[in-house]
Amino acid sequence: MNGARTTSALLYLDGVSVSFDGFKALNNLSLLVAPGEMRAIIGPNGAGKTTMMDVITGKTRPDSGEVIFDGSADLTKLDEASIATLGIGRKFQKPTVFENHTVLDNLLLALAGPRRWYELLLRRTSAAESARLQEIMVTVRLDALRDQPAGRLSHGQKQWLEIGMLLAQDPKLLLVDEPVAGMTDAETETTAELLRDINRTHSVVVVEHDMSFVRALGVRVTVLHEGSVLSEGTLDQVSADPRVVEVYLGR
Amino acid sequence: MIASFLAGGLDRRLRICLAVVLAIGILLPLSNQLLPPSSAFHVPTWVLQLIGKYLCYALLAVAVDLVWGYCGILSLGHGAFFALGGYAMGMYLMRQIGNRGSYGNPLLPDFMVFLNYKQLPWFWHGFDQFWFAAVMVVLVPGLLALALGWFAFRSRVTGVYLSIITQAMTFALMLAFFRNDMGLGGNNGLTDFKDILGVSVQADGTRAALCFASALALAIGLVIAAAIAASRFGKALTAVRDAESRMRFLGYRVEGYKLFVFVLSAAMAGIAGALYVPQVGIINPSEFSPANSIEAVIWVAVGGRGTLVGPVIGAFAVNFAKTWLTGALPEIWLFALGALFVAVTLFLPRGIVGLWRQIVDRRGGST
Repeated sequence: MNGARTTSALLYLDGVSVSFDGFKALNNLSLLVAPGEMRAIIGPNGAGKTTMMDVITGKTRPDSGEVIFDGSADLTKLDEASIATLGIGRKFQKPTVFENHTVLDNLLLALAGPRRWYELLLRRTSAAESARLQEIMVTVRLDALRDQPAGRLSHGQKQWLEIGMLLAQDPKLLLVDEPVAGMTDAETETTAELLRDINRTHSVVVVEHDMSFVRALGVRVTVLHEGSVLSEGTLDQVSADPRVVEVYLGR
Repeated sequence: MIASFLAGGLDRRLRICLAVVLAIGILLPLSNQLLPPSSAFHVPTWVLQLIGKYLCYALLAVAVDLVWGYCGILSLGHGAFFALGGYAMGMYLMRQIGNRGSYGNPLLPDFMVFLNYKQLPWFWHGFDQFWFAAVMVVLVPGLLALALGWFAFRSRVTGVYLSIITQAMTFALMLAFFRNDMGLGGNNGLTDFKDILGVSVQADGTRAALCFASALALAIGLVIAAAIAASRFGKALTAVRDAESRMRFLGYRVEGYKLFVFVLSAAMAGIAGALYVPQVGIINPSEFSPANSIEAVIWVAVGGRGTLVGPVIGAFAVNFAKTWLTGALPEIWLFALGALFVAVTLFLPRGIVGLWRQIVDRRGGST
């Protein structure tokens, strides 16, 4: 109990460990993300990327370690909804949109604003909100499909819709899990463009396997292995790191 | 603001349904009251009573649909809320008997005199007033739902586990109400009602008024449920049904959403029970029987869950079949009900309303 901790980093992880039935998913993981930064996280399967996302968003409680957001908020003590309200948005590996809702309603549900049941009961969508939704639909190239149920979209369109939902949520930090999995080359390129756009106004953490995509982003890379940080730097620097070559890129 | 909220859910299908419900609730009682019994259009009182009962069942079905169809909470205990509302009304009706009971006690109902009660149990006080009973009809089921939902939703109990808890709740209440010490008439329940609001419950005029009141309650229930479903709250509610954890990551406190509809739905079921009791003339612990709650779920499944209109159709269709079959071939009713549920699950996953949609879509597609 050494009082509230403050840091200048937007996201601060120190000594975080998580184990499931003896398996150490995260092992003394430390990571700093600066405000406005875009960071790519790479690593082989089972390196702890998704568990790290789960810890940050409150889905999993760490056994030990500190997770501080925006200077002072201790994320290990908050639930998913509070963490989302603080300004952390998450895009899942498998696109998880609301399939029975239209594209427009998906974005409306994500749109920053009141979230409590009693606030939404009588609430109407304002003109400003409609304009913002329209803007986002154009950005993610789905404005022609606004009244389509999200379940009818193609895989790539669902990924974009989910990115659109993150934009609507307008979080300080976006956690994006494998955004280009299953996308065509053209879609991958568009997605890289989209994320760079988003990064102008938001901090972003991207987990990705696709090296050409990480190269296209052109940002600082953190390599995870067996639940801790193996190497950090530009893609060229980490690619040259012999330990990285051994566990990941070399295989 | 409230008016535009309530108008929000009135799509074409619902407007037709409301028109039919209100037409039944107005025309049948009027024909019973105004036309001479010799007229071909005269509706006999027993039909009025039957339709009134079905209207109450339909309101219960709408309540079940609100939680199951729109929020994914499969409650197998809604019969308990219905019965609690019924008991609250039954207690009022018992107090109206006054000294006309077999024992002529002006304060104590017959069963209490029989069981040697010296004074009225504390929870019976106030039930001589209609307004008090009317408040309890909503409050008692609502508070029970609030308490159960508070613990269950906060602990993230979902799916089949929640269904089992609700089923256990209604079973536990049934056992409790069977006890004579409960002070609610034991296994005989409450019956031999005389007056409601100063008029005889048996009178044709009262029957007509109760049938109308049931139709009105159903119509109001439908309008409120539809308005909720069409609101931004409703969009969030169906999103909770489809992907609860995703909603949490978007910053929604899903417990609040579930608790609100669960309590509202329980209150609606309570009102349905309160209107049901004076029309059938008795309330006893068998109303808590788990089978009753399951039957209500079947009405919703048959009509089409998540459609509001479907459950009304389902409640009428299944209960017409039940009334007819239990008269014609009483031994096969339960088999027929089981077969119906299996058939609907296999062939009509979206119920009668869904079947209608399929036919319309197919027609539209071929031309």
